[in-house]
Amino acid sequence: MSRLRASLTPYALLFPGTLWLAIFFVIPTVVMLSLSLQSGDVVNGYAFTFNWHSYVDGISTYHDQIIRSLVYGLASTLIQIVIGFPVAYWIAFKGGSRKSVYLFMLLLPFLVSFVLRTISWQFFLSDNGLLLGPLKSAGLVPQDFHILATSAAVIGGLAYNFLPFMILPMYVALERIDPRVLEAAQDLYASKAQTFLRVVLPLSLPGVFAGVLMTFVPATSDYVNASVLGGTSNTMVGNVIQNQFLINQDYPTASALSFTLMALLLVGIFAYARALGTEDVLEVAAR
Amino acid sequence: MKRGLLRGRGLQIYTWLVIAWLVLPIAVMILFGFNDTHGRFNTSWQGFTLKWYGKLFEIGDLTQALVNSLVIAVLTMLVAGVLGSLIGLALGRYRFRGAGAMNLVMFAAISCAEIVMGASLLSLFVTLAVPLGFWTIVISHVMFSISFVAVTVRARVMTLDASLEEAARDLGAGPWTTFRLVTLPMIFPGVLAGSMLAFALSIDDFVITNFNSGGTVTFPLWIWGATRVGIPPQVNVMGTLIFAAGVLIALGNALLARRRANA
Repeated sequence: MSRLRASLTPYALLFPGTLWLAIFFVIPTVVMLSLSLQSGDVVNGYAFTFNWHSYVDGISTYHDQIIRSLVYGLASTLIQIVIGFPVAYWIAFKGGSRKSVYLFMLLLPFLVSFVLRTISWQFFLSDNGLLLGPLKSAGLVPQDFHILATSAAVIGGLAYNFLPFMILPMYVALERIDPRVLEAAQDLYASKAQTFLRVVLPLSLPGVFAGVLMTFVPATSDYVNASVLGGTSNTMVGNVIQNQFLINQDYPTASALSFTLMALLLVGIFAYARALGTEDVLEVAAR
Repeated sequence: MKRGLLRGRGLQIYTWLVIAWLVLPIAVMILFGFNDTHGRFNTSWQGFTLKWYGKLFEIGDLTQALVNSLVIAVLTMLVAGVLGSLIGLALGRYRFRGAGAMNLVMFAAISCAEIVMGASLLSLFVTLAVPLGFWTIVISHVMFSISFVAVTVRARVMTLDASLEEAARDLGAGPWTTFRLVTLPMIFPGVLAGSMLAFALSIDDFVITNFNSGGTVTFPLWIWGATRVGIPPQVNVMGTLIFAAGVLIALGNALLARRRANA
């Protein structure tokens, strides 16, 4: 009897949380899939017609935004790797006893609301704001020069907002490297460049992978940066989904676009995992 | 490897520049909470003042939004803290059929795009005609926080020695007594860390809240709504105070950990 009870214990522990996730995470995904296959409008109601026209219409109408999302997401992720890797490297190998201080500094932005940080950038970069105002009155940049409402502003904002999520996993991977491995490489007459390229870099790849996983998805699906920093001509698929769901209440189109986005992100992640040779993506990510 | 390819002071300066970039918008936010501006428009520097700290709660609906955010974050912390810790304990301590599937669901919940989560939950609420508001926000915040708590607690549980619980049982403690006197104190740091993470995720969330809030306004939603008319200095002050509280808690935590390590 007590053995049976012991074998049931983990299920009892899981039950309440799993129920919550099932009702409010798994089932809603199915509901949204069904919504995306319905037709109708908010006045006359929706009927389940099981056709794909919401996907066809949604993608053909908003393919610019979908492509822009992928480009911005990819660009900001690459920028984060380039900017973040040297930082992770330096803290891991040269941070010494002050490592935790540097990591703490990297995490400071998370103590301020995401929306507020982005608005603070808008404020700082505005056409006559803290940065451009003095530059313009000093005549260093032309009067009509602007940073806001450009794709660079949106990509920069995305890179800024998710950079710590990129640096931390890279740092963890680099920090784990046993210094003796590097000594061994040098004992075997590897040059510094060779040691870096053939030992450090490959060993850091799981961290880069985890970092990409944590930044590419939120960057690609973001609409806050595009709204606040991008003006009207740099909208992403997130802006469209938000508008269709919350303002136009065109649920089938919005659901179809959400599913398209989700499918693209999944395909992207698995293709990337394949390319990198990370067999157990889920295993790595679950850790 | 003390002298690698990337070496010297150059990289140190570079690291500080990146940190400066990360901190810049926070510095701007804090600075303009001290700006002696008139009216609602806080766009150019007018001189130093502390008056906004005195007038912090003068905008009624902003104060209400902050209170909503805090109450929702506390409820999320409690509910997701308990539910997530139970999952983390089960996954870290027991081997059972279905553990892999559970890990997969949690991985999906953690890596899923927020907008997809928010939109699908809204689909459910719309389909079932559930009125949106305070409680739908709480439901959504618990939903996306559970997995983060579970992962944090699981990591803690995995480092613990299961033989201590066996010892308690050998000494005649029942399952509940063992849990209360042995297991819980051992996993408590993980539970605390996970719950604080849930609080932080909840108070900062914008996207999922935006989809499921109905007429209820939280602090990030209020700021979002105010972007077109101008952000009043009170927002800067509230942001500054939340930031300061976060820094103090983190530093206090670090000091405690250091003292414990030295003891």
